[in-house]
Parts: sequence; structure tokens; C-alpha cells
Amino acid sequence: MTDASASERQESGTARYVRQLFTRNISAKIAATPMIVTVLVIFIGCTLWTIYYSFTNSRLLPTGTFVGLDQYTRLFGTSRWNVSVWNLIWYGVFSLSFTLVIGFLLAVLMDQKIRFESAFRTIMLYPFALSFIVTGLVWQWIMNPTLGLQGTMRNLGFDWFTFDWIARSDMVIYALLIAGLWQGTGFMMVLMLAGLRGVDEEIWKASRVDGIPTWRTYLFIVLPMMRGVLVTAVVLAGSGIVRLYDLVVALTRGGPGISSEVPAKYVYDYMFTAGNIGQGLAASTMMLLTVMIIIIPWAYLEFGGRGKKS
Amino acid sequence: MSNPATLSTNVALDAVKTDITLDGPHGPRPKPFFTPRRIILYSILFVACLYYLFPLYVMITTSFKTMPEIRFGNIFAPPIEFTGEAWSKAWSSACTGLTCQGLSPGFWNSIKILIPSVIISTAVAAVNGYGLVNWKFKGSEIFFAVLIFGSFIPYQVMLYPLVMLTREMGIFGTIPAVIMVHTIFGMPILTLLFRNYFASLPPELFKAARVDGAGFWRIFFEVMLPMSLPIVVVALILQVTGIWNDFLFGVVFAGTQNLPMTVQLNNIVNSAQGTPEYNVNMAATMLTGLVPLIVYFVSGRLFVRGVAAGAVKG
Amino acid sequence: MIDNTKTSVSIRNLSLSFGSVQVLQEMNLDVKYGEFIVLLGPSGCGKSTLLNCIAGLLDVTGGQIYISGKNVTWEEPKDRGIGMVFQSYALYPQMTVRKNLSFGLRVAGLPREEIDKRVKRASEMLQIEPLLDRKPANLSGGQRQRVAIGRALVRDVDVFLFDEPLSNLDAKLRADLRVEIKRLHQRLENTMIYVTHDQIEAMTLADRIAIMRDGIIQQLDTPHEIYNRPVNLFVAGFIGSPAMNFIKGDLKSRTFVADGVTLPIDHYAFQPGNEALNANAILGVRPEHVLVGEAANAVPVNFESEIEIVEPMGSDTIAWARIGTQEFTFRADAELNLEPGQKIRLGFDPARASVFDAASGERI
Ligand SMILES: Nc1ncnc2c1ncn2[C@@H]1O[C@H](COP(=O)(O)OP(=O)(O)OP(=O)(O)O)[C@@H](O)[C@H]1O
Ligand SMILES: [Mg+2]
Repeated sequence: MTDASASERQESGTARYVRQLFTRNISAKIAATPMIVTVLVIFIGCTLWTIYYSFTNSRLLPTGTFVGLDQYTRLFGTSRWNVSVWNLIWYGVFSLSFTLVIGFLLAVLMDQKIRFESAFRTIMLYPFALSFIVTGLVWQWIMNPTLGLQGTMRNLGFDWFTFDWIARSDMVIYALLIAGLWQGTGFMMVLMLAGLRGVDEEIWKASRVDGIPTWRTYLFIVLPMMRGVLVTAVVLAGSGIVRLYDLVVALTRGGPGISSEVPAKYVYDYMFTAGNIGQGLAASTMMLLTVMIIIIPWAYLEFGGRGKKS
Repeated sequence: MSNPATLSTNVALDAVKTDITLDGPHGPRPKPFFTPRRIILYSILFVACLYYLFPLYVMITTSFKTMPEIRFGNIFAPPIEFTGEAWSKAWSSACTGLTCQGLSPGFWNSIKILIPSVIISTAVAAVNGYGLVNWKFKGSEIFFAVLIFGSFIPYQVMLYPLVMLTREMGIFGTIPAVIMVHTIFGMPILTLLFRNYFASLPPELFKAARVDGAGFWRIFFEVMLPMSLPIVVVALILQVTGIWNDFLFGVVFAGTQNLPMTVQLNNIVNSAQGTPEYNVNMAATMLTGLVPLIVYFVSGRLFVRGVAAGAVKG
Repeated sequence: MIDNTKTSVSIRNLSLSFGSVQVLQEMNLDVKYGEFIVLLGPSGCGKSTLLNCIAGLLDVTGGQIYISGKNVTWEEPKDRGIGMVFQSYALYPQMTVRKNLSFGLRVAGLPREEIDKRVKRASEMLQIEPLLDRKPANLSGGQRQRVAIGRALVRDVDVFLFDEPLSNLDAKLRADLRVEIKRLHQRLENTMIYVTHDQIEAMTLADRIAIMRDGIIQQLDTPHEIYNRPVNLFVAGFIGSPAMNFIKGDLKSRTFVADGVTLPIDHYAFQPGNEALNANAILGVRPEHVLVGEAANAVPVNFESEIEIVEPMGSDTIAWARIGTQEFTFRADAELNLEPGQKIRLGFDPARASVFDAASGERI
């Protein structure tokens, strides 16, 4: 009897293995193939392919021979790329700090038991529904030096009024910033407002009892409690900034000259118009590196920290 | 337990909470309506609203003006001679660098891209999410984690290999290629959305259906899907606005015959020859923005939930 | 070893782990045809896990499961001849009660008339006919659970699995449905495996109770045996309310010495071979087995004590006293009008007590 059950156990063990591999939940496995293929072929495969071919001298077709770091040397020797990188850095720093600060301030204002809250929210958020192309083109028109805001003000007699950033290579990045903030701050506000409302109401009672001024409570008590939302906001804003492309295409086309070029546009132009695939791939690999520099510390903090706790 | 998947889940959950916690201010108690503080408060909000509304105002008024009126140079002024000419020109005869057919071909291309992309990407993601929650297999969580990490990789990194892949498949430069790309890049966030939703349903429901003898598809269609209407609506909103607003994939994969509306719009405004017609440009811009704006105003609170969750896409 | 073909459900060396956490360990359990088995144990001890394994909703890590003599370890749930009822009802919210009941039958592809017949029979049995066209959202908790039971009923299975089916209901409904389930069992005569937290449910329903702890069955026996002859300290403490008194002391040649108080327990029914044991021991006495006042003098063990706290419960009174320095609870007739501070004589019959080894916790 014991022998029988022992052999039976072994048998069912092997049977189990075979079954689990092939027949068990076969539909579930078939249904998972799109995801598996996407992960393996696109997210892993394509990324590795790009990294590999960024070390070749591919031009019109990715058949080039291995040239080591040549593409990268050339990349950082190209002024257009360097301008792109600096633009992204400036845009990134300003955009990130302004969206966070403005988003938070607006959220605090919205949190003051105001009337028409949902109307205000609707107005602040609608730009987020629009594409960057639409955003860019509207602002391009508003910033038109002769017929836009500047022209209008001058026609109205304010001769001193200047708003020609879009045409000035030293200021064009701020033109991008204005359009970018117009599109994104409403969403940040919504995110921050959710964070504010997620804070325990008791905190407010306690700080009132202690006689702490409202602004201090917001700044020193509530803000630190919103860590989760803030991290989310930074990650979202950060990975959006790296991808900055459509807005530039629509608003400035990289101009004047090359003064508002950004890396994503560099990649596209070299790959699809200049026919220099190796350069495009090297540039996109640099973009990947940038994102990794943002994402990995964050992921490490979040999930490394939590791992230790559990 | 603590893997990138749960981690991004939390990001998304934080974001989705937006919807739930939006009602009821928690700030200090309201004071009488017209205190100096209140006046300052409303003034700031009012100025902020002017900033947000001004472009919409300019877009609309300009699109109804005539060119001489625009050349007069007052962007604030409402149209004196109210005319819809710019709109009809933008729709049917405005010129891109190549043709003079207006935006309408782009509109129809966008529709042709939008409908299948939205349906396929949502369906695939719903099945993924359901599978990830109820039919885990060895490694399924790892695939999901990579998928979520993948959503942070800039599109530019995968762009060229995808061009080669679609070329190999013989669909490069056609609408199916754009649909495929939208399905791929919509997958992380939508899968996350559906996974979290299905994980919030009581597991006993699935178990009961298994005991009743139902299999993978039967449970999906007869038990899970009828319960997922709210999340399907969120996914639809997310995808309709996201795919409609896409520029990059359209310009790379669609081919010159199938360019979506955003690309056509950019071509009309930015690569047209001759003197720019700002009224036509603004009418075209307005037309392109109309679809997401309608979705936005109709869906209201659900939109907030959708974009909040979708923002994880970065 | 019991022949697998003669039992309704047999579990052989069943193990299950979630990652590194071992939830069930080498479990063995035999359930006879038509038997009502109750699984009882503290939260997290693996009751639901065991039930899910029997149902085929979890893949076991080792061992086999036989149902009606067939090895079903790797069978699909639907092929095991089981029906399952969950605590949270788990009714399909978008389907009417009728659709809920017939879902499994439709999946199995039964003919229409047969489905209608079975739904009719089950709904008559559970008195839910008027509810057939409602959605679950429009039912009360008790009605929902009836429907959930009905869903298992229509499938005409040999084995019913219940996972705390009554826990979400209020006390009154719980009592009603408990009787209902008992009636159902008597009528259908099929095997039932029933998980609960509620001792009353366990005592009233079970043919045999399995007390579980950390994935191991501690004792599997009739309610009477479990109550009167718990095999170890855990079972003794888990069953009974108020809990059994545990008095620490020494067992020496059939007397029990606690804090200098000597209790002669020669009437105690020792496990065979343990009669002459000398050891550190724990004496377990159920509060309801304690006799008070005059009656105490009639039993072999009695002692004087002072009442500290009195809790009137209506029909009777729970009182706290001490034996030596150790706390001692007992249940007394409310008519006695006990007062704190009152000196009183307490006694118990060692034949109804339990003695456990202090080191191993096993019954001596
Ligand atoms: N999917 C899972 N992954 C990891 N651990 C699990 C899982 N399901 C259950 N457990 C663990 O297994 C143990 C047993 O769980 P089970 O649900 O069987 O307990 P239970 O006896 O039914 O408890 P309760 O009375 O609270 O229902 C618990 O410690 C639980 O934490
Ligand atoms: Mg349980």
C-alpha cells in the first residue's frame, strides 16, 4: 500500500510537470502571448537592438560595421546635439520646478473651500486633453511678434511691451516653457489636490488647536505627508520632459536656427530625414540612459526600501 | 512582494485616487465670503483661469475673423465680421506642402486609426489584466514588471527597430502598423489599469466560476467583463484622447496616404507655402482639438480618473 | 491505511506552500460518505487553503486528494464532483438568481428541461422561488447565501464545501440557516466539509470536528470527544467558552499539587500507560464542570476559595476565584447570588477533568 502510493505520487509529479508545461490552462497561456511577445520582442529586443547598432556606422540602413564609440564621440562633437541637451536640461529644471510649485499653489488655493471648485478645475485641466501639436500651434499664434500678443499691445499704445521670445534664440526655451506649463500644470494641480485631500483631517484640527498658521501647516506638516504623490508627480513630469518632441515641432520647429532643438527631435531627424541611423541610435541610447538615471534611483528607493521593511 | 509591479501599481493607485478624494475640501474652515483674504484668493484663481482660457479664446475668435481683420492686429478683439469661411477652408481646402484637401482626409485617417486601435488595445489589455490576476503562471509577474518598466523607455529608443519590424511584416506605412504600435505602447498602462481593477474584485467570484466549470474565456466574457464597465470606460477615454493626440507614431508609421489629423494640422500650419492664413490655421487647430475636448467635457470626472491613471505612461 | 475507495474524500500527505511559507504540512484526512466534517481553528491556520485544495482551486505542492475513490489531485474543479459555498456569497452580480443557479449547468451543456428541473428543485428546497428573477444586489444577506447554497445544490454533487458560509450574517439568521443546512444534510445525505470560526456551529452540525493549527490537524473526533477529551492544551483551550481553567502544578502518584494545594485525582481517566507518571503538569477543568457549595463536598476534589469578580450572564453567573495563587473561573447558577469577597467551597470531578503534560502539552 505504501509502495503503491509512493509510486503514484511520483507519477503524478511527472504528470503534473508535463501538464503544467503544456496542457494546463492552455487558453490562459495563449491569451498571454501578446504581452509576452511585446515584452520580449519590443521592450527588451528592440531596446537591445538599438543599443547594439548605436555602436555601428549605419547610415541609410542598419548594416554598418562596428565602430565602437565613434557615434558617441561624433554626437557630443555636434553642436546641435549639445544645444539639444542643454535645452532639455534648462527646460527640464524650469518645467519641473514650475509645474510642481504652481501645481501645489493652485491645489492649496483650490483647497480653501472655494465656490465653483469644479468649474475652476475644468478650466485648469482642459489643456491637458489637447495634443501638444494643438498647444504648440495656438501659442505660436499668440506669440507671433507682429500680430500676436506683442503686436496687439503695441497697437493699443503700450510701445514698451515686448513678448518676442519665440523669435529670440536666447529666450525661445521660455516660450516652450509657457506653452508646456499651460498644458501640464492643471494636471499637476489635480494630482496635488488629491494628495492634499488624502491627508488626515485630524491634522488640521490639531494644528488649529496648536495655533499654527495655515501656511505653516501646509508647508511643514501637510507637504511632507504627501511624499507619495510628490514622487509620482516628479516621475511623471520627469519622464514626460525627456520625451519632449511634439511641442517643439509645432511651436518652434527647433528654431530660430537650432536654438530650441531637443534630443527627441535630434533622434527623429537623424533617423528619418538625415539618413544617419547610427547617429540617431546613439542619441536615442543617450535618452534611454537619461531615463534610467531618473528611474533607477527612484525604483531603488521605493522598492528597495519597501523590500527591507517586509 | 515588493517588485516593480507593485511599485508602479502604487503610482497608478495614487493617481487613480484623485477621483475618489476630489470631493470635500479639507482646508481650514470657510470665513465670511468677502474678507480681504477671500478677495485675494479669488483674484489669483481668476487670473490663473485667464491664463488657461486665453488660448482657447484666441483660437476661437481668430478662427471666425477675416484675414484683413487679423492683420489689423488686435488679438483680444472679438470678430467684427463673423465668418465661418476659415473653418470650411480648414476642413476641405487648406494646403499642406503637398496637397490642398484641408484637414478632412486627416480626420478620416485619424478615425480609421482610432477605432481599431482603441478596441484592440483595450481588449488586449483587459485580457492581460485578467490573466495576470486570475491565471498567474510562472514568471507572469516578471513579464508584467518589465512591461511597466518598458513604459518608461523613450519611444525613440524602440522606433527604428519597430520600423524594421513592421517593414518586415509588410505593414509599414499603412494603418495596421499604427494600430500595432498604439496597441504595444498602450499596453503597459492599460494592463496596469485592468490588473488593478480585476485584483480589486473578490477572488471568490472567480473561484465560484471555476467550480461551476467555466474556463478562461467563459469567465472573462460572462463573469468579469460585465463587471468591468467603469474601468473599460476609463480605458476608452484614455485611449481615445491619447491616440487622437498622437503625432510621432502617425508621422513615422502611417505613410503619406494615411497621415492622422495632428500630422496634417502641423503640415498645414508649419509647412504651407505663401502667406500664412492665421484664421484657417486656428480653425484647423480648433477642429483637431475638438474630439478630445468633447471627450473631456462629456466625461468630466471620469476623464480625471483616466488621465491620472494614464499619466503613468509619462 | 483506509482504503481510498471506501471514503468520500481522502487526503494523503497533502502539503501546500506559498513560496517559502508552508501552509499545510503532510496532512491526512479521511471523510466517510455522508459525513459532516467541520474544520475549526484560529484565523490563518489554513482552513480555507485546505478547502481550496480539495476544490482544485489551488495547486498542491505535494500529496494526493481522492474524491469517491478517484485521484483528483490534478483534476479541474468541475471534474471533482464538488460544490462550494463562500463566505462572501460570490454571486455573479450581473446575473439574475436563476442565471446564477444555472450558470454551471449551462457551462456543462445540460439540456434546458434538465436545467429548469434542477433549478426548480433547488429553489423549492431553499425557499427562494420568489427571488428567481432578481439580481443579487436586491437580496438580503440570508437570501444571497441561500442562493449560493443553491448554486452548489443544482450541480448534484457528492461533496459540499462550505467556507464560513454564515459568518457574514447576523446571529438570528445564522441560527436559522444553520438549521437549514443541517436539514439539507439529513435530506441529501452527501458529504459536507464545513469551515467555521463558530464553536456552536461546529458542535451542532458536525459528525466529526477537525481542530487545525498551523496547517496541522490537532484532533479529529466527534464533538463530544473533542469537548470532553481534548488531546492537547491547544484543543482544550480552543474549545469551550468561557475557556477551560488551566492550573499549573505537579503530578505525583495520582495526586495533583498546585501551589501547595493537594488535589487527589485518582478518578481521572489516564491515557493507558500514563497512570504512574510523575511530571510537571497542567490540570484542565471546564468552568461549567465546577460544583459550588454543598454539591462540591460530594465530589472527590474540593477546596475553599474567595470570590473576586462576578459576571451575571442571566441564566447563570461566571465567577472568578483562586486555587492557591492561580486564577480559577467557574459557572454557577444565578440563583446562588454570589458576591465578591464571599468565601465558598468549590469542587470538581476529576473524571471530567483533563491533565496535560506541561512540557509537551499532550494529554496524560
Ligand atoms: N495567496 C496567498 N499567498 C501567500 N500566503 C497566503 C495566500 N493565501 C493564504 N496565505 C496564507 O496562508 C495561511 C492560511 O490561510 P487561510 O486563508 O487558509 O487561513 P484560514 O484558516 O482560512 O483563516 P481564516 O479563518 O481567517 O479564514 C495564512 O497565514 C495566509 O496568510
Ligand atoms: Mg478562511
